[in-house]
Amino acid sequence: MDMQGKKVIALGERDGIQGTALAECAKSAGAEVVLEMTHCFV
Amino acid sequence: MAERFQRDELIVLLGTPNAESSRLYALTVKAGDPSWAGALAGTALGLAVYHITEPEVKTSIPVAIYDEHVSLMSMVLDVDDIATAVREVREAQL
Repeated sequence: MDMQGKKVIALGERDGIQGTALAECAKSAGAEVVLEMTHCFV
Repeated sequence: MAERFQRDELIVLLGTPNAESSRLYALTVKAGDPSWAGALAGTALGLAVYHITEPEVKTSIPVAIYDEHVSLMSMVLDVDDIATAVREVREAQL
């Protein structure tokens, strides 16, 4: 999958992978992060 | 957010902890909120959705970055079940 130039909505979760981590990965793959969130359901 | 950009340039990247929540998130951004409880009830955005631990996503991220941010947590997640759940939703016809 090529993320280069794509716009990414990063929906993280506290008990899984957090939004900041998803955003860092997406940016390193050449994508632009347009929304980043970390949900918590506790 | 989805209305501000073209559908084919957007990717939703999930970091959900299990197959059930991954399916729920994926369905919500593709076909609309299946629980009919939220703002996206009945709204089929049709967005491409992937989980960060899916092999095709992992291979597109530099190894050092992936190891720093995802690898440790992915060891305790059921990545196969999660990948199956998200792939089923992504490849389903609306």
